[in-house]
Amino acid sequence: MLAFLIKRGANAVFVMLAVALLAFTIFRFFGDPVEMMVNEQATQEDRAELRERLGLNDGFVTQYTRFVTNAVQGDFGISYRNQQDVMVLIGERFPATFELVLVATVISLVVGIPLGVITAVHRNSRLANALQLGSIVGVSLPSFVVGIMLILAFSVSLGWLPAFGRGETVDIGWWSTGLLTPSGRAALVLPAISLSTFQITLVMRLVRAEMLEVLRTDYVKFARARGVPVGRVTWVHALRNCLMPVITLTGMQIGNLIAFALVTETVFQWPGMGLLFIQAVTFVDIPVMAAYLMLVSFIFVALNTVVDVTYAWVDPRLRDDAAKAGGANG
Amino acid sequence: MADLTMTTEDSTPAPLLPVRKSRLAAMRESDLAFSFRSHPSAIFAACLLALVALTALFAPWITPQDPYDLAALELWNAEIPPIWNVDGQWPYLLGTDTQGRDILSAILYGSRISLIIGFASVMVALAVGLSLGLVAGYFGGWIDNVIMRLGDVLLSMPFILIAILITAVATASLPTGLKDVLAAPILIFAIAVPSWVQYARTVRASAMVERKKEYVQAARLIRVRSWRIMLHHILPNCLTPILVAATLNFGLAILSEATLSFLGVGMPPDQPSLGTLIRIGNQYLFSGLWWIVVFPAVQLCLIVLSVNMIGDWLRDALNPKLR
Repeated sequence: MLAFLIKRGANAVFVMLAVALLAFTIFRFFGDPVEMMVNEQATQEDRAELRERLGLNDGFVTQYTRFVTNAVQGDFGISYRNQQDVMVLIGERFPATFELVLVATVISLVVGIPLGVITAVHRNSRLANALQLGSIVGVSLPSFVVGIMLILAFSVSLGWLPAFGRGETVDIGWWSTGLLTPSGRAALVLPAISLSTFQITLVMRLVRAEMLEVLRTDYVKFARARGVPVGRVTWVHALRNCLMPVITLTGMQIGNLIAFALVTETVFQWPGMGLLFIQAVTFVDIPVMAAYLMLVSFIFVALNTVVDVTYAWVDPRLRDDAAKAGGANG
Repeated sequence: MADLTMTTEDSTPAPLLPVRKSRLAAMRESDLAFSFRSHPSAIFAACLLALVALTALFAPWITPQDPYDLAALELWNAEIPPIWNVDGQWPYLLGTDTQGRDILSAILYGSRISLIIGFASVMVALAVGLSLGLVAGYFGGWIDNVIMRLGDVLLSMPFILIAILITAVATASLPTGLKDVLAAPILIFAIAVPSWVQYARTVRASAMVERKKEYVQAARLIRVRSWRIMLHHILPNCLTPILVAATLNFGLAILSEATLSFLGVGMPPDQPSLGTLIRIGNQYLFSGLWWIVVFPAVQLCLIVLSVNMIGDWLRDALNPKLR
């Protein structure tokens, strides 16, 4: 187990170093950092002095090492665009994205699990077939199209819910939350639904597949034979055994949801990290791009590693297989 | 067995050689074709996709105007609603945008760009993924390690993020004149880069199993070239899962292209894909000109939906466990 843990950890570190190399390469060679930072009137000496001070004359390896050391300490430099510390900028935007992803995840579970159970239990019924078709439609709808349609229906036509922004927020320490005010909650509804559509279908399909397996097992039949009501067998006995993979999927998908939130945030002008990133892309604000890339990849890799390790801890067979396969996850 | 019966039973003269069926007939009688005929959703999706592809292909001949030709646009034709509306005007079936551009024409030309980019990126990803996967699985060793580690790194970043980064870096480092010309190739590349890994992993796993089998050993003994073994002996073994993955990825590629264009890092407004059209239409969301955004969005959804339905059907039809 220890060997597996070390191997998996080393793999994660290696991946992060590679991502850092990518981020560093973009930062260093894509446009000249000095030209981005100085103003028009700066003399040649000023520029040379800044270049020296930033350490841009050092060797590639030295600079890369410095980049990684700073990144580990959460220092990604100063944004080119608004001259603020990048980590402060991202820190301000993080709560908005986190709340959006959290609510979208909750919606996907609350809606997706019952739908999955229903399609499995009433297999081949008209309702189940309709829901199955609906799940293919759900996978095929681009999330920005869902967002636009929701805005058209509920903001433009009906005028029920706000189409952009985050509403009123309350600060709890450094965390600004929109969950405590009515306008904040109203503003969250449409973005969260549009972000969760894809995830709902994913959860639904997984629950359906798992339920179909479980419903065939002996303990379900015995529970029925013992006289346990059908509803209880389905929703308590059988469903409980389907939840482990659902939890895993949800955990691993959080990284994807954070990344995909940037599309939703663009549609709804939601002031999260994703919108910050898209604006950074338009203004070629490299430090912000690099920091966002590193942060999202880190969350992604960390979640994957935790899931892998948990699985290996639960199921010893995976340790040997995974160790042999070089810890490749897919 | 068949030879035996043929030689002993001379009384019923059977043809010595089985009558060679034409390719078409063989295709019509295959299991896959049977499964296709018995799945209405697959037939529906195939017809829909064929319709979209044909109208996109023949767009220049069937549309009332060339949406890129600025001289053809007349401002007094701007903001006409769809034809079933009281103010609708022939030939603008789905209405016009704020510059007098016919929405239906723009959609058909846009579908063209979306389909081409989607298809090309799947082809590039297939070519790269299959060759790298074959090489990695067949030779093993350090080259396998390098390729698969690269794949690990790519998979450890969200798909959409890699694509955005590539397009952003490429467009920002190109001179202004080249930017628009190269927009489509950049997008194809940006979508192909994160998607080759899946093919590589599938074909690598298969290659690792097959290379130990006797027929491959035998082929090696008689000095069949490595690339020939890989292409003619190992690759055919894993074409089924690859085909399914490629179909589903075609839908995903069209979606990704639309998303990138919607975010503003894809196709420029003067050669709009469906995503660009939606991005443009999105600006008029609150001005009541709903048709500018809704129809391109519907077309995009129909394309992706039909591709996904075909992919789903293929996956089930080719799965031996479900037969």
